[in-house]
Amino acid sequence: MYDALNDLGEYIASKAGEHVASWEIALGELLVTTSRDGLTRLMKLVRDDANCLFKVLLDVTAVDYPEREERFEVVYNLLSLSHNQRIRIKVPADEQAPVPSMVPLFSSAGWFEREVWDMFGIFFTDHPDLRRMLTDYGFEGHPLRKDFPLTGYVEVRYDDEQKRVVYEPVKLTQDFRSFDFMSPWEGAKYILPGDEKAD
Amino acid sequence: MAETEIKNLTMNFGPQHPAAHGVLRLVVEMDGEIIERCDPHIGLLHRGTEKLIEYKTYLQAVPYFDRLDYVSPMCQEHTFALAVEKLAGIDVPIRGQYIRVMFSEITRILNHIMNISAFALDVGAMTPLLWGFEEREKLMEFYERVSGARLHAAYFRPGGVHRDLPVGLLEDIRTFCDEFPRIINDVESLLTENRIFRQRTVDVGIVTKDDALDWGFSGPMLRGSGVPWDLRKSQPYDVYGRMDFDIPVGKTGDCFDRYLVRVEEMRQSLRIIKQCIEEMPGGPVRTQDNKIAPPSRGEMKQSMEALIHHFKLYTEGYRVPAGETYTAVEAPKGEFGVYLVADGTNKPYRCKIRAPGFAFLQATDFLSKGHMLADMVAIVGSMDIVFGEIDR
Repeated sequence: MYDALNDLGEYIASKAGEHVASWEIALGELLVTTSRDGLTRLMKLVRDDANCLFKVLLDVTAVDYPEREERFEVVYNLLSLSHNQRIRIKVPADEQAPVPSMVPLFSSAGWFEREVWDMFGIFFTDHPDLRRMLTDYGFEGHPLRKDFPLTGYVEVRYDDEQKRVVYEPVKLTQDFRSFDFMSPWEGAKYILPGDEKAD
Repeated sequence: MAETEIKNLTMNFGPQHPAAHGVLRLVVEMDGEIIERCDPHIGLLHRGTEKLIEYKTYLQAVPYFDRLDYVSPMCQEHTFALAVEKLAGIDVPIRGQYIRVMFSEITRILNHIMNISAFALDVGAMTPLLWGFEEREKLMEFYERVSGARLHAAYFRPGGVHRDLPVGLLEDIRTFCDEFPRIINDVESLLTENRIFRQRTVDVGIVTKDDALDWGFSGPMLRGSGVPWDLRKSQPYDVYGRMDFDIPVGKTGDCFDRYLVRVEEMRQSLRIIKQCIEEMPGGPVRTQDNKIAPPSRGEMKQSMEALIHHFKLYTEGYRVPAGETYTAVEAPKGEFGVYLVADGTNKPYRCKIRAPGFAFLQATDFLSKGHMLADMVAIVGSMDIVFGEIDR
């Protein structure tokens, strides 16, 4: 089965030419990296080419790597029913540069891209209806970014005097505690307390 | 005669409505009784599961999966377990795989009973719900006997299942398998030939093959449109490759076909459960690697090493080598996938949950356009919507 994936990867790389930045097979899954400009062409190719026929766009998501120059990676997972294969396409992105929307090619991209916009703040051009999806009406910020705190910024409660729901800054009796369970024997990256003077 | 201007009526459906299956809010634009446009507002049950998982160890993340689609908990744990096993290269003992397949199918029946009976209730039939829930109770008792919980089981864990089956459970499941077909027939006798049920569902919400693919459908929604696609057959995981079962497909892709597909899937699930009971081998139920799965209680009382393993597993957890995977299973509702990015620590770097219902609900506008308001209820009912997984 890996041979078939290998052939597919080579085929897509040869067909799409400069639009494929790199491709690899990891854990038996084909991963193709492309650029924002080449994305539409590549998606059209893998959807319509007789050797690919990835007709189903199963999922669009993103991953945040704050230390990178372009901090986000938008990830598309596609499925081909005819060839029983999966492919994953990745595009680097950041807060400013917009990514082309896939709605003209796959109807299912609509809500997935809305969710990515909501959760990460990645903008999609030509999206017919790019509103927030899962968060509250009037919510500010993008919760799945790594710099967004787990406990958030505001909390809501019903105020009996004002007879309405009010938003207030989060107050916790105990802050969220992130414990460091890393074993000091196996590759802790920092200097252990007391070890500073060891040398 | 004076000219009157007719304006479309914008109406709010939900979020508190018995036919909305949870907290669905639909903003419907109506021309008389005909739906012109329908805009689902979701997120009222958003709990930030994906963000929470990033702050939990791999084992602590398991119970979150029960709480996504709370009607079919174990199938979702299954996805997560398979994803972690793939990244960490864990082999599951064969008995563990059989138990997982068996309980996945019990979960499928659990889900389909809920869907069929709630769907019937939406379109006006009350009795199937009452009968179905009696059977659901029996199935949840099986859940309770293996895991201690009726719903949020946390039973499938990376490396196998939490504990072995209690004595006598297999016999009771076998008895259930012998009795349950009678209940399916009873429910079918109330619905399949029922004039009202047919009038409400036949030719309502038709999805063609191409549309189903374009909208990212999976599971019964896809099979109802005549696409014979089932991950249990096409990309088998655990011991599904050894099972002998058929995949029902619909012809027209309307609500009635999706109902028929689900009824037949319950029968096929019974076949799989019976095969699991027949073939159930002995042996361990979870991996014997104590860096992943804890040692037995008895061992812990005797061995210092086992005690350390136990302590480390439940504080630090285990580390998963860096890598990423998209793993999917055929959950009762459709393809449930987990896109897991590991960075070599004891916590996932990113865990995206791909819920089948999210894609279905997205197509509400497309499906309900031109239908009556009452048909919308039938369409939403046949889509098998559960908000836990859509809002995450």
